[in-house]
Amino acid sequence: MRFLIALLAGGLFGAGLLTSGMTNTAKVQGWLDFFGAWDPTLAFVLGGAILPMLVAWQIAARRERAILGTPIPAPSEPVIDGRLIGGSALFGFGWALVGLCPGPAMAVLGFGGGPAWIFFAAMAGGMMLAGGLGLIGRGKTRA
Amino acid sequence: MIPADWIYGLIGGLMIGTAAAIYLLVSGRIMGASGILGGIVDGSGRDTLSERLAFVAGLVLVPTILVRVGGVSGDTNATSNVLLLIVAGLAVGIGTRMANGCTSGHGVCGISRFSVRGIAATIAYLFFGGLTMLVARHVLGVI
Repeated sequence: MRFLIALLAGGLFGAGLLTSGMTNTAKVQGWLDFFGAWDPTLAFVLGGAILPMLVAWQIAARRERAILGTPIPAPSEPVIDGRLIGGSALFGFGWALVGLCPGPAMAVLGFGGGPAWIFFAAMAGGMMLAGGLGLIGRGKTRA
Repeated sequence: MIPADWIYGLIGGLMIGTAAAIYLLVSGRIMGASGILGGIVDGSGRDTLSERLAFVAGLVLVPTILVRVGGVSGDTNATSNVLLLIVAGLAVGIGTRMANGCTSGHGVCGISRFSVRGIAATIAYLFFGGLTMLVARHVLGVI
């Protein structure tokens, strides 16, 4: 069941990324180009994605466990540290350079050709490096 | 911007948020792309490996089917500059693991929970993404 729900959620996530334009690096770079030909589409994507989750968190707040029995993840401690900001800065830098963030970087693997695989390999390598060097930020990786 | 873009953005965004809501309320998981993948590549998520792999399988397969079979446009418009792809991929991989989240985890799941870390991370990656765009596109002209 867990397996099926993960497959379904991943699939719907991927379909949403494709539909919204998040897999099109030109649109993503246009969104980050605040001082050029700014493209506001991604504001609708983020806003649209937050709406169902606002409801979901309200439902989750009244429950201790999810339907399959796993505890609802506890909120992170409100600590803003160097790794959060430094890591996010580094992420923003890479996101702007090519226009892919981790979700879309996976969603395009089946049709994005060589560039998609080179970016994905470098990203996975960076993740391995961060793990190997003990640089993972606060908040446990959700088991 | 053609008028249809923001509608696709909104619909795609709602799909992304619905996927995150299902994953939270049914499985009790945060739908964060970098955390799910990071736990696979650095071994920290080995307890939940099959669930993570199922999520990634759905995320890769559904957009692939939509593009390859369904005829949906799959233009990524990604650069073919290998150096840019590698530098950006490494930055996204390392950065999202240091911050313990990316656009989906901090942006979608975090903001909707009014998470201080999620909001701070989102401000940071948007700020540095915009700054990178300004410098790389309008000052240096490399992207």
